[in-house]
Amino acid sequence: MNLCVLTAHVPDTASVIKVGAAGNRIDETGLKWIISPYDEYAMEEALKLKEARGGTVTYITYGPARAEAGLRECLARGGDAAVHVKGGEATFGDALAVARVLAAAVRKTGTFDLILVGVKGVGSDNGLVGAMVAELLDIPHVAGVTKLEVGEGSLTAHREIEGGAEVVTAPLPCCITAQKGLNEPRYPSLKGIMAAKKIPIQALSVADLGLDEGTLAGAEAGCRWRALSLPPAKSGGTIIPGEEDPAGAARQLATLLREQAKAI
Amino acid sequence: MARASLDLYRVEDLLTDEERLARDTVRDWVEARVMPHIEAWAWEGRFPRELVAEMAALQLLGATWTEYGLPGLSQVGYGLVLQELERGDSALRSFVSVQNSLVMYPILTWGSQEQRDRWIPSLARGEAIGCFGLTEPDFGSNPGAMRTRARRVADGWVLNGEKAWITNGLIADVAVVWAKDDSGSVAGFLVERGTPGFAAIDHKGKYSLRASVTSQLSFSDCLLPLSARLPLANGLKCPLSCLTQARYGIAWGALGSALAMYHAALDYARTRIQFGGAPIAAHQIIQERLVWMANEITKGQLLVWRLGRLKEEGRATYVQVSQAKRNSCWVARECARLAREIHGANGIVNEYPVMRHLMNIESVYTYEGTHDMHTLILGEHLTGIPAFLPPCQGEP
Ligand SMILES: Cc1cc2nc3c(=O)[nH]c(=O)nc-3n(C[C@H](O)[C@H](O)[C@H](O)COP(=O)(O)OP(=O)(O)OC[C@H]3O[C@@H](n4cnc5c(N)ncnc54)[C@H](O)[C@@H]3O)c2cc1C
Repeated sequence: MNLCVLTAHVPDTASVIKVGAAGNRIDETGLKWIISPYDEYAMEEALKLKEARGGTVTYITYGPARAEAGLRECLARGGDAAVHVKGGEATFGDALAVARVLAAAVRKTGTFDLILVGVKGVGSDNGLVGAMVAELLDIPHVAGVTKLEVGEGSLTAHREIEGGAEVVTAPLPCCITAQKGLNEPRYPSLKGIMAAKKIPIQALSVADLGLDEGTLAGAEAGCRWRALSLPPAKSGGTIIPGEEDPAGAARQLATLLREQAKAI
Repeated sequence: MARASLDLYRVEDLLTDEERLARDTVRDWVEARVMPHIEAWAWEGRFPRELVAEMAALQLLGATWTEYGLPGLSQVGYGLVLQELERGDSALRSFVSVQNSLVMYPILTWGSQEQRDRWIPSLARGEAIGCFGLTEPDFGSNPGAMRTRARRVADGWVLNGEKAWITNGLIADVAVVWAKDDSGSVAGFLVERGTPGFAAIDHKGKYSLRASVTSQLSFSDCLLPLSARLPLANGLKCPLSCLTQARYGIAWGALGSALAMYHAALDYARTRIQFGGAPIAAHQIIQERLVWMANEITKGQLLVWRLGRLKEEGRATYVQVSQAKRNSCWVARECARLAREIHGANGIVNEYPVMRHLMNIESVYTYEGTHDMHTLILGEHLTGIPAFLPPCQGEP
């Protein structure tokens, strides 16, 4: 079974995010980058499928030079090949542009039975790339998968929907986006880490895919990030002393909840 | 999700990608698998044996070798792994140090092919646990005066003596035991669990390294086959060179404990409010303590990094290893004390990691050569004069 995992390198979820000087990008200085956590579920599922049924796992990422470290981290857990499409500064945050580049990279790299993507990239949280790639490749897709069974020529996927679960079957080739709960991602082993540096990573430019990044980010842009701002700082909160007069304190709390917080 | 870790001098830039990834992997694993339970384990005095298989799956056992398909991690990478383990708890780092430096290292270095084939794969997979018996009740800093004897008999060796303070002793499948042979020369033996005449009992009442197993081994007319001897190990220099390996790892590990204490103290000082609504971190006296810790940790990080690179080039000396072990343990011990002061009363309860590290580091400061012993090793190196024996006494 030939499996392809699309993965993004994102700021560590524990990072303190600052807005950069331009006002529409985050300030990347001093940030630590990690594999987007949902991509880890996609990767783990691909590795488990390979272990169970044989085949290959190929990782593809689209991002700046530093994203190569993310691919190495994927390879450290297992997998056979990796493709790095360099770029992504200009198209940052534009899910359609990213999907166009990734779909073209998938086509150029090989034919796959299953493409696995994280349900969303942590940080921009759009949840669009996987579905768009499937559409561009003209294959079915199942989003937010929490359980997957792959049969001969088709798969059965479970996904959580509002108030219940949905079970979907789809023919292969197919694309799924991985949701938390799909599996428990493994840790890379030291041997995997040491072996990963020996696997060559194929570097491609956007132009190698027959696309023009300038046009993708310009005339054909699906969306542009105009401005970023941080949420307002949390205030210190209000403490109602309750020891002397608990009943009065409770009344005061109820009033504040109704009139100030409008919570009740 | 890796937590921030002090790095004032961008030591990060001196590491390879593999070293960073190895470190972050272990950091994440410790955060997920150790931190939620470690206070309970230490309180109960229980070694989390169930984690051995997980550490083996991460390939922390035998990490630096390439024989038997082992990963061949760099020395700096290995140091970082131990740093992260000891950031969690010294007991875990102690387990890995013993298994690697004190059990796998002597078997790989002086063992027969048969001994290596028998033990290295299973030690690496965590299916077998090892221990190292050098110290005796009456001989700690001066192991050369050991009393344990191995008498050659027709079909093997007969071992008699006592070993004390042996990490992993009670749970070990194989003990690397050092004893004097008939000629008075120190020899190494692999003693398997269950060998008649070999018994292990726990040291009771430990306040330190409570999540580690520490035992006493006794050998009374313990008959070993000829093949139990490490054929290439000859003389006291062999166990001492095991110690050099282990001390290298401790030099990194102890800084992990220091980092844990620094970050605990920093977090606490920023959030604890006293006098006028300001956090205690706003007081110069608290800042001075945080600065002391950060400053010493930074120096320590550069020292162990350099030592690691020298070791990779085969140029590290036992004197340098002593200096680094001595420095890191001292820094960690001071950091634990300062962190405890900053935590006030909260510094004595197990809601915070401070008292556990403070108690652990006392063992680490003492084992693998006490601070004093390393002072004497450095002193001898500098002056050319060994000062181990009191001046009034001649040879022992
Ligand atoms: C938790 C724990 C685990 C251990 N694990 C192991 C293990 O796995 N295997 C093993 O073999 N051992 C192990 N040890 C033993 C450890 O290595 C010894 O405790 C250590 O070498 C010190 O020996 P001692 O305790 O007999 O102290 P002593 O040698 O009696 O020293 C007591 C004090 O006197 C000082 N001193 C001694 N001689 C001199 C001198 N010449 N000049 C100045 N000062 C001196 C020392 O620095 C120390 O402060 C462990 C110990 C502990 C606490």
